[in-house]
Amino acid sequence: MRALADLSIDAPERQAIRSGGVLRALRVRTALPAAAASTWWFVLPALALYAFIVLVPTVRGSYYSFTNWDGLNPVLHFVGWDNFTAIVHDEAARGAIKHTVLIAVAITIIQNAIGLLLALGVHSQIKSKYVLRVALFAPAVMTPVVIAYLWQYLYTPDGAINRGLGAVGLGSLEQGWLGDPSLALWCIVAVIVWQFAGYSMVIFLAGLQGIPPEITDAAAVDGAGAFRRFWYVTRPMIAPAITVNLMLSIIGGLKLFDQVWVLTGGGPGYATETLSTLIYRDAFQFGEFAYSTALALLLTVFVAVVSGAQYRLLRRQEYA
Amino acid sequence: MNRYTWRTFGLELVMIATAVVFVFPLYVLVNLSLRPQGQLVDPLGVHSLTLANYSDAWHQAGLGRAIFNSVVVTVASVAIVVVVSSLAAYPLARSTARWSRWMFATFMLGLLLPFQLALLPLYTTMRDLHLLGSLWGLVLFYSGLQVPFSVFLYTAFLRALPRDYEEAALLDGCSPLQSFRRIVFPLLRPITGTVVILNAIFVWNDFLTPLLYLSGSDRQTIPVAIFTFVGQYTSNWQLVFAALVMGVAPILLVYFAMQKQIIRGFAGGLKG
Repeated sequence: MRALADLSIDAPERQAIRSGGVLRALRVRTALPAAAASTWWFVLPALALYAFIVLVPTVRGSYYSFTNWDGLNPVLHFVGWDNFTAIVHDEAARGAIKHTVLIAVAITIIQNAIGLLLALGVHSQIKSKYVLRVALFAPAVMTPVVIAYLWQYLYTPDGAINRGLGAVGLGSLEQGWLGDPSLALWCIVAVIVWQFAGYSMVIFLAGLQGIPPEITDAAAVDGAGAFRRFWYVTRPMIAPAITVNLMLSIIGGLKLFDQVWVLTGGGPGYATETLSTLIYRDAFQFGEFAYSTALALLLTVFVAVVSGAQYRLLRRQEYA
Repeated sequence: MNRYTWRTFGLELVMIATAVVFVFPLYVLVNLSLRPQGQLVDPLGVHSLTLANYSDAWHQAGLGRAIFNSVVVTVASVAIVVVVSSLAAYPLARSTARWSRWMFATFMLGLLLPFQLALLPLYTTMRDLHLLGSLWGLVLFYSGLQVPFSVFLYTAFLRALPRDYEEAALLDGCSPLQSFRRIVFPLLRPITGTVVILNAIFVWNDFLTPLLYLSGSDRQTIPVAIFTFVGQYTSNWQLVFAALVMGVAPILLVYFAMQKQIIRGFAGGLKG
């Protein structure tokens, strides 16, 4: 009845009353929750799918990582922390943890630095900016497997990179790239940065476009140089874009699989093995299902801790 | 202050040079895919070109079937995700009850969980349900996996949407479902566009899941078909590159046709 009475008032008046907040409290407590409550079952199809595909298997996986699960035998034995102790003593796993963290950190720093510079570049008066945005973002939508094979060729000993170096007289820099254990990890990082720098760029760009030009102009009139303008005016105003970008790249880096699997398969030796490739290998090549889920649980904890910490840290900065 | 100066011109040159460096690998990709067999020297220059690699790769990699499979999986899973996520977002955005906030938090948990943990238990479930090697198993998988992200986008959009229309519809005697279908869902169109774009690109490009869930069957999506094909022909780069170009062409064509919406979707869709 409350809602009926409310609606009988003319629209502009209703608007005025609502913005004054007079009826707001009443409306929230009466008409709307009644309508919304009767639609609670709308969540069921999504919840069923989500529970079947994500929630239940995740809970099962967490449990299995404390058992001797082999994927076939339904009878499980609880083994406590055994799988995790094994991880600590497994050289391949320790290497994978190190590589995963290294890749994630390197991608986060390099990709965002380049993405930010690109965004500042195309957020200017240049005439080609629209074409450049489309070109620079293009790799981000391309299939990672395709990208990885393309770069695998570019990195081959007589591939385009070595030929290019030779052609410009830098033949001494020619390398085996992916075949060199100390370089392979960085070659993978380079591919990811190449593919996703444009992605970081468009997110930074959206942040930059939200800054009223008067603000930076005013700072310029007050005599602030380009760097000071960026640091004291632009940077705080694009803080949300920075948060989103850092979260996306670090989580993406921790979970990285496709590019590593295609480019090096974790090699040479174990030089580029990451948690994701090791999980796949241990489960599907060695049949170590319980050990593999233990690694996955470790990865989950990593992602949760990192994103939680980063979120808090950056949120504080945004409001500072 | 907004004039085109010499410094702007300098920046223009630097940016164009950067973009050329960026696009360069794609030039090499297309260039080599057009080379006759046995002519791999000089990946940079342009020489006698041929389309023979394309027809060879098309047949040998079974790309026609793979593209068909990818289209089926992508369209079906995106359609399901759009329907169930928009529906779920409605009470989550409108109700302030405690269950609604808990439910929203439960969905958001899915944004955080790396899929690797669910991967193996789900694999055995799919195996026991005989859904391995089936495109519908894959559709089911993506429909569940993409729910949290899509619910998040829809809920954020709905919270900013005024309630006046749906209230009017309810008062005029629409059932909640009718009001959702006729009034609310059409109003969600802008965010539905974003949900469709982001999910479609993800599903189309995904590699690990079809690699696992379709392995051992003759059904392949584009990334798996390319992976299998390259595994057999690694030394024949012309053929491989022709397959790569054809594998990535559909998504690039869509990208160039809709670049504005796609870039906006990626830039705005992920803001929390």
